[in-house]
Amino acid sequence: MEKKLYEKIVMNHKPKEHRLRNALISFFIGGIVGVIGEVLLELYTYYLNISSSDAAVFMMVTLIFLASLFTALGFFDKWVNFARCGLIIPITGFAHSMTSAAIEFRREGFVTGLGANIFKLAGTVILYGIVSAYIFGIIRYFILGGI
Amino acid sequence: MIYVYSFLFCGIICLIGQVILDNTKLTPGHITSLFVIIGASLDIFNIYDKIVQFIGGGALVPITSFGHLLTHGAMLEAKDVGFIGIAMGMFDFTASGITSAIFFAFIFSLFFKPRD
Repeated sequence: MEKKLYEKIVMNHKPKEHRLRNALISFFIGGIVGVIGEVLLELYTYYLNISSSDAAVFMMVTLIFLASLFTALGFFDKWVNFARCGLIIPITGFAHSMTSAAIEFRREGFVTGLGANIFKLAGTVILYGIVSAYIFGIIRYFILGGI
Repeated sequence: MIYVYSFLFCGIICLIGQVILDNTKLTPGHITSLFVIIGASLDIFNIYDKIVQFIGGGALVPITSFGHLLTHGAMLEAKDVGFIGIAMGMFDFTASGITSAIFFAFIFSLFFKPRD
C-alpha cells in the first residue's frame, strides 16, 4: 500500500513532458540532419568527382566529425537535450555518446578511465548490430540460400 | 524532391524513436539498439538498398543504415568466400564510421575538458 502511495506521489511531482512538442521537434531536427546528409552527399559527388558510395563514406565521416567536435566544445549536449531523438537516432548520436564518454572518463586515466569506458554508451549499438547481423547472416546463408 | 524525401524519411524515423522514448520506460540506448536491429533485418531482399536508391542520403543518416551496412557487407563477402565471409565482411562498409568515431573521440578527449 505504501509503495503504491509513493508511486502516486512520484507521478504527481514528475515534470510533465510535452509529448507532441517533443515528437515534432525531433521530427524537424531529424529531418534537417537528413537533408544535411543529402546535401553533403551531392556536394562531395560534384566537387570531388567520386562515386556516390564513396561520397556516402565521406558524408558519414563528416557528420561524425562535426558531432564529436560540437560535443567536445560543449554545446552539443544542450542540443541533444532539446532535440532528443532528432539527434540521437542519426549517426551523430553514436559519435556524441562516444565522445562524451571519452571526455568524461579521461580524468580517470588513459587505460582504466578512457580505454575502459569509451564504449560505455556506444558499445550497445556495436554489440547488438554485430550480433543481429551475424544471426541474420547465418539465417540467410543457410536457410534462404544467400539471398 | 530528393531533399523532401530525405527530410521526411529521417524525420519520421526520429519521430518514431521519440514516440517510443516518451511513452515507454526505454532509454535512448534501448532505442538505438532497436533501430540497429531493425536496419540489419531490412537488408534482406535488398529492401534497404531500394530505400537508399529512392530516398538518397537521408536514408544513410539514421542509425538503421549502420545495421544495414553490417549485414550487407557480411552477405556480400559470404557470397564470395562462403560461410566465414559473414565474419570477414562484417565491417567492410562500417569500418570508416567506427574508426573515425573512435579516433575523433580520443583526439578530442585529449584537448577538451568536461563541462557540467
